Amino acid sequence: MTSRNALSLDLRKRLGDFTLEMKLEVAASGVTALFGESGSGKTSLLRLIAGLDRPDAGHVRLDQRWLTHCQRGIAVPVHRRRLGVVFQEPRLFPHYRVRGNLTYGMPRAGRGRFDDLVALLGIEPLLERLPGTLSGGEARRVAIGRALLTQPRLLLLDEPLTGLDGERKQELLRYLVRLTREIDIPVLYVSHDTQEITAIADHLALIDSGRLVAHGSLDALLQRLDLGGRLGGFDAASRLCGKITAQDAHYALTRITLADGQTLRVPRIDQPLGSEVRLRIGVRDVAIALAMPADTSYRNGLFARIVDTAPSIHDPSAQELRLAVGEQSLRARLTRQACDEMQLTPGREVIALIRSVAFEAPA
Amino acid sequence: MLSDAEWQALALSLKIAGSAVGWTLIPGIALAWLLARHEFRGKSLLDGVIHLPLVLPPVVVGYLLLLALGRQGWLGHWLQASLGITLPFTWQGAAVAGGVMAFPLLVRAVRLSLEAVDPKLEAAAATLGAGRWRVLFTITLPLALPGLLTGSVLAFARALSEFGATITFASNIPGETRTLPLALYTLIQTPGKEAAAARLCAISIAIAMLSLIASEWLARRARRRLQERDR
Repeated sequence: MTSRNALSLDLRKRLGDFTLEMKLEVAASGVTALFGESGSGKTSLLRLIAGLDRPDAGHVRLDQRWLTHCQRGIAVPVHRRRLGVVFQEPRLFPHYRVRGNLTYGMPRAGRGRFDDLVALLGIEPLLERLPGTLSGGEARRVAIGRALLTQPRLLLLDEPLTGLDGERKQELLRYLVRLTREIDIPVLYVSHDTQEITAIADHLALIDSGRLVAHGSLDALLQRLDLGGRLGGFDAASRLCGKITAQDAHYALTRITLADGQTLRVPRIDQPLGSEVRLRIGVRDVAIALAMPADTSYRNGLFARIVDTAPSIHDPSAQELRLAVGEQSLRARLTRQACDEMQLTPGREVIALIRSVAFEAPA
Repeated sequence: MLSDAEWQALALSLKIAGSAVGWTLIPGIALAWLLARHEFRGKSLLDGVIHLPLVLPPVVVGYLLLLALGRQGWLGHWLQASLGITLPFTWQGAAVAGGVMAFPLLVRAVRLSLEAVDPKLEAAAATLGAGRWRVLFTITLPLALPGLLTGSVLAFARALSEFGATITFASNIPGETRTLPLALYTLIQTPGKEAAAARLCAISIAIAMLSLIASEWLARRARRRLQERDR
């Protein structure tokens, strides 16, 4: 199931001073992030997929159907592509109420989904309002709901968090993460924000100046030290997945058990026992010890093995480390001096100490 | 309050101006849409032709209409022979003359309001599965409604005040083509009818004011719905 590809494309288009030239397969399930600097051609690619622009050459196929095929002269018009598109701005129709916006592209058969989706996005109280009266975050949620109610075969999200302030951004990100796990539609998510991507994506396509630089599962790419500079550089992070196994009301902590049985205690996450959570751990929030220290404020220590090390490309004093924690990977950034003095070389068994403040779980 | 002749001229004027707007509305919107949303060869020529009635002496327009749509004219002959429609010296002819004179005002107003509609919203509608016509009727035209209303009222007022082209093409026949301006002209030509002329003059001013106020009110109502902010 998961190995099947929903979208397959091979496109070329001249864009001002560079040429977009890309081959890409998008997985039939989960979220694929299209990541790159502004001006790298992410939005242009999205417009080509949606049919809003025409490529100079190449083709786009969704499931078994050609959407664009330049040689065969196929160009399915935008309104027949059945793609849900959420643009950078919400683009709500100002003369329809929220309800009218939501139902604009909804097929009759989609009525059953309406209530569920509206509840999931938390937009019930807004249904009779006009778009001009909505806040930025509310308008985005309506735009996302509107695209999903068309029952698309692929959802395209173009930096849907642009222009929102920190708190609104986190809130919408939480909605998006929940949504993408509930719906059974492949998602292509355009972003240049690593934090967003580690929270939401399963797969990652890294693009630069119109070319695909790397493509694969997010966890694998996050561990590639050579991509460190592109994937957030100074703020690089890795991701650990686990399950909530206990709640401690007294200290307001939540216990998370990783797949290999090790546990972490993090500030309370308001979700039921058994929920899957993803934790983002910044490379600078991991310290290394050779034995479990007794007198320290670090409450979380994980048994880990060093897989790989490389000098940091950001900071001449730093060394990047890649650790294995069970089947999962974790990155750390230490000073080169510490690495040398502690003889941290590949194969060494160590303790990874994680500052409890380092947990960010927009889930 | 009004005499029979005055009522007749008023009713006829409203009927003719209404018909003038009626037959120009759809071609006017279509041309405005073409000019606002498309690039093509001869666009500036088309734009110029549409604006001609605004700058030509109305008598010239009336004369041209007579040449084309008169009994001997190429189009007029065909209309007469195949559809049995006679335009010169009929109220329908007066509606054609009024419509032609009002056309540039209608197209200008509609074009401006169409250009103000954000094409991004139309693109969004297309991604939601709406074809070209659905986008036009559910997004483009409703958002351009204030301009459509203003343009229609403006065209109505222009057709109501039409004189030169009408008298040339449709003549000045009581009960058929004698509209308010023509009736006023007739009274001015007649000695001792100054008081009656003044009454018609007042009626004309009242109707013009009413239509301007109505247009303003309609446009504001339509705009308010689009721009509603905060509860």
